[in-house]
Amino acid sequence: MSDVRALYQATIVDHDRHPRNHGALAGADRAATVDNPLCGDVVTIELRLTDRTIAAAGWTGRGCALARAAGSMLTVALAGLDAAAAAARLDALEALVRAAPDAPVPDDLGDLAAFAGVRGFASRRGCVLIAVRAARACLSG
Amino acid sequence: MHADARSDLAAWRAEVPALALPVHGRRLVYLDNAATTLMARPVIDAVARVATHLPGNVHRGVHALAEAADAAFEGARATIARHLGARPDEIVLTSGTTAAINLVAQAWGRANLGPGDAVVVSALEHHANLVPWQAACAERGATLRIAPIDDAGRIDLVALDALLDARVKLLAVAHLSNVVGTVAPIAAIAARAHAVGARVLVDGAQALPHLPIDVAALGCDFYACSGHKAYGPTGTGVLWGRADVLAAMPPWQHGGEMVAAVEATRARYREAPARFEAGTPNISGVIGLAAALDHAATRDRAAVAAHEARLHARLRAGLAATPGVRVLGAPEAAVVSFEVAGVHPHDVATILDQEGVCVRSGLHCAEPLHARLGAAASVRASLAYYNGDDDVDALLAALTRVREVFA
Repeated sequence: MSDVRALYQATIVDHDRHPRNHGALAGADRAATVDNPLCGDVVTIELRLTDRTIAAAGWTGRGCALARAAGSMLTVALAGLDAAAAAARLDALEALVRAAPDAPVPDDLGDLAAFAGVRGFASRRGCVLIAVRAARACLSG
Repeated sequence: MHADARSDLAAWRAEVPALALPVHGRRLVYLDNAATTLMARPVIDAVARVATHLPGNVHRGVHALAEAADAAFEGARATIARHLGARPDEIVLTSGTTAAINLVAQAWGRANLGPGDAVVVSALEHHANLVPWQAACAERGATLRIAPIDDAGRIDLVALDALLDARVKLLAVAHLSNVVGTVAPIAAIAARAHAVGARVLVDGAQALPHLPIDVAALGCDFYACSGHKAYGPTGTGVLWGRADVLAAMPPWQHGGEMVAAVEATRARYREAPARFEAGTPNISGVIGLAAALDHAATRDRAAVAAHEARLHARLRAGLAATPGVRVLGAPEAAVVSFEVAGVHPHDVATILDQEGVCVRSGLHCAEPLHARLGAAASVRASLAYYNGDDDVDALLAALTRVREVFA
């Protein structure tokens, strides 16, 4: 099943049209930028940490609806998590978009489950993973 | 459309098996011809016949299969030469346009570029006609100059004149832009370059399937093109070089086939074009490319040109009438690239794909050109002789679906 409405779910379109946490993050102590030279998309994720917990997250960049929504939704999903939980959340999102189109969707993904539609569009996985890779680079930096 | 044109199109389409492939359960609307084209049955048959009837290698055996393969391969070279207005010994067979340009940048560049020299490329170029010159200039201590374009995507000839001086050893330019679809005035550009003693290389990857190519009339020194963009197989290409220019060039790649005599510590090389064809070539591909050019010649050239021009005008008019669409430059042939306001090209292309419409999205290997035109990326629709009004109309209808999803 690769219906275009399954790909562009309302949550994703909403975050594309009205991105959350968009712009430079005041007091950020981690930042990482990942680009896709094939399409020119680029996403920067910034994190502000308190001890080992993400106190705030922000993103900037340009890209398609999936890349923008992933940046926006990840900053929402990661805020408040400690580094280990954040890394696990990133792994879960990557596993989701790399899964077979008919694989069951884990029920602990929250809004990120909206990216399940990407499973039917192999050429678009990378669009979501730009933000995942940027966030991962922040956590390891 | 005239009845004749309609029956022509139906006959043309009937020969292209890939047009019958369903996409997401819909009729295939193939508008990514600038990326690669679809082969007609006679071309496919010519490629397959090499496997079944011409299994020998070329240029080395004396047995029956080798001689048959050799005759067919050299016959294909002669056919390709005839369609380009060239001599067979001026036709170097490569894996594609990219390899042809790299051959010139490396082999010609090694003999002709040095510190203080300059190469000029236009701001329109595909990365394949830009990056090889960046690398060659960096290796040889030469300077790369960029000839500017106007907002329509046409080379600014006044600005070009200002860039051309005795330091310029080569000018490289696309015949038909793969992004903005403009046609460069090659003869006028070549005359300017030759006036300062520079060689001229033309990237004909997009032009070969759409424009009549007569290398002698164009006035260039090198012409590079690909088989798969001209209804032939992938992995095939041509470098045409003027005989005297090729004769003065050292080899690019070294190996079998290109040598005249080999001793343990040194070798003598064959004359062009063999000198530039190391290793076993793509025999079936080259024979398929010749078949593709022969097959194209069976279609009435004037009818095809009129058909493609009319489709291109319909596409431009339809896009101009579509809210939120901005076309890049002022396209003249085969290709139209555009942006949809507020929607990324990849999202446009994914939604079009769901409607069965295949287009290209992204930078089309032309990142500096997109920056010049103020576009982060674009959607590209590109035509072939087997496209019809129904394909253009399907694209325009699918664009309304884009607005529904991103309302």
